[in-house]
Amino acid sequence: MNTLPRWADIALLPVLNVVLAFLVGGLIVLAVGQNPLEAVGIMLYGAFGYGSGFGYTLYYTTDFIFAGLAVSLAYHAGLFNIGPEGQAYVGGLGVILIGLALNGTHWAIMFPLMIIVGALFGATWAFVPGYLQAKRGSHIVITTILFNFIATSMMSYIISRQLKPAGVNSDESAPLEAITRVPQLRTFIDLFKNSPVNLTFFLAIAALIFVYWLIWHTKFGYAVRSLGNNPVAAGYAGISNQKLIMIVMAMAGALAAMVAVNNVGGVQGRLILNFVNGAGFVGVAVAFMGRAHPVGVGLSALLFGILYQGGQELAFQMPGITREMIVTIQALVILFTGAMGDMLRAPLARLLTRAGATAGGK
Amino acid sequence: MKISTLTKAMVSGVALSAMMAGAAFADGALVYDGGGKFDKSFNEAAYNGAERFKAEGGNYQDLEISGDAQREQAVRQFASRGNNPIVLPGFSWETALRAVAPEFPDTSFTIIDTVVDLPNVQSVVFKEQEGSYLVGILAAMQSESGKIGVIPAFNFDLLEAFACGYAQGAKSVNPDIEVFETYVGSGFEAFNDPGKATEVAKSQLDQGVDVVYHVAGGAGAGVLQAAADAGKFGIGVDSNQNHLHPGSVLTSMLKRVDVATYNAMKGVADGTWEPGVITLGLAEEGVGAAFDEHNASLITDEMKAAVEKATADIISGAVVVHDYRTDKACPAL
Repeated sequence: MNTLPRWADIALLPVLNVVLAFLVGGLIVLAVGQNPLEAVGIMLYGAFGYGSGFGYTLYYTTDFIFAGLAVSLAYHAGLFNIGPEGQAYVGGLGVILIGLALNGTHWAIMFPLMIIVGALFGATWAFVPGYLQAKRGSHIVITTILFNFIATSMMSYIISRQLKPAGVNSDESAPLEAITRVPQLRTFIDLFKNSPVNLTFFLAIAALIFVYWLIWHTKFGYAVRSLGNNPVAAGYAGISNQKLIMIVMAMAGALAAMVAVNNVGGVQGRLILNFVNGAGFVGVAVAFMGRAHPVGVGLSALLFGILYQGGQELAFQMPGITREMIVTIQALVILFTGAMGDMLRAPLARLLTRAGATAGGK
Repeated sequence: MKISTLTKAMVSGVALSAMMAGAAFADGALVYDGGGKFDKSFNEAAYNGAERFKAEGGNYQDLEISGDAQREQAVRQFASRGNNPIVLPGFSWETALRAVAPEFPDTSFTIIDTVVDLPNVQSVVFKEQEGSYLVGILAAMQSESGKIGVIPAFNFDLLEAFACGYAQGAKSVNPDIEVFETYVGSGFEAFNDPGKATEVAKSQLDQGVDVVYHVAGGAGAGVLQAAADAGKFGIGVDSNQNHLHPGSVLTSMLKRVDVATYNAMKGVADGTWEPGVITLGLAEEGVGAAFDEHNASLITDEMKAAVEKATADIISGAVVVHDYRTDKACPAL
């Protein structure tokens, strides 16, 4: 039988996939005449080797955890949410509106407010596709993708036509005052100097624990998993599938909107055009690589954080490796862990069964 | 075994970065704006300027960013490594520069297209209206219908300065000429919409316009294409775009971002770099009209003479081209 032991399924297989991705990536680095080992060394040095680099790694990780959770939570209800990009973008509108309305207020008050208002905006944006799925049967994949486009156009208009102060060239809102912004960790820990990682990182860790508790330790989570595994049975058991779909999507949107708290409220302190910058889409890869489990999501978000920050270091240190090549390496990781994630499953299962049989025979 | 290779790789990575920190001393640095290195326009012009500096024996490192979060990081990385000067083309660099420049008082920063008033920053801006005046003269002399057009990406002060200079130049030749102004779109995304630009250009051509000037970056390709398809004339912008449709692109309004980049790097190498605002106009050869083999058949001696005369008049001060940005009004449009 091609079934893997649990430890191999959740640990060995993902690790092997990542190793495979790096091997192929290494061949590409080799093909452009650079030393792949040196490239790996620079990437690891960039991601962990110095305080500010490590801070950037954690900053990217924060974004990817939220986006990954937004996909994972919906996935447990059998919904494929590809919309965290737009949900985070619209969440940014909520964060900046409350931030500018109460500009100058201490962050201890503003941090929770930005979380709440941002979450409301993100939740609203995800609720609509949820409603369309539940009540009208419009497929969630299609609607969430389309809502990303609507979000992009709507936000372009709002930022460049409504929020942009006079006399500013770039498309961005007015800035939040320093005291209002979510404080960066460098103000408490000197190690993180010059890096954008901020208190939102701890919010991300809390969100991982919250989602774990919600899915596996509450009645609500049980209902969500029932819906995901067998909607007919869930309905028969008295669960209102329609209501649940809308609630789960709204919660996913709220999680995605925390990307905005990290960037708009913390790092940039203002709303910039396209600030999400693909983090929402990375979330899809993070969720699949992490098997939609919070521990897996945390670890794969960290891996993508390493790839992003290490990739930047690589572009800086090795001029022969361009921005496009780094995207290629990142894409390989997504390809091997996501799309082709089960490629090694059958051979691995055969190998382990044989090894088990031999060991048992002795 | 695997671990030891990894450790070795990491150590070599650290060693390499330490080595490069020494070797890179006094090399220039160029960090491209969002559009990326080879955009056939603004960033590529900066790249060409840096390459010229390299060809003359200088050296520089460059980097493309992949998101706004990397702006400060990139500027700080180059500054910490000792690169000097650090050239930042595009006004989007302003926030990052304001944050980083005070931390590195001994590093020279050059920003292009906006003014950042700090003691170690050189801001380079262009008199786009002067170069546009020259191509306006050529447009008016070429036009048979007495109608010419200009297509900015959207209603934006910087772009209006181009359009206004163009209209002034045209009216200096033919006071009765009609100048049509239509926008591609309503925001920055219009710079990347050649399809819409084609439609806008076609609409102008249908109304009898026979020379059309685009101020729309990447979208301008659509304008030049529409003019070429209709057998009419287009005018390029920023880089020399005469070669895109030889015989149809009348000329291009050159904005020498390459010169600004080259001067910054050369200036630091020679010790002549100075902070402050540098305005590049006709006198400094920072703007101009492009003449090459691709438009030689279109430009008559008379046209060339008119451009030369206007150039001399503007440099001497006999003709002053109004800058839209000073009062947000254009007397000629």
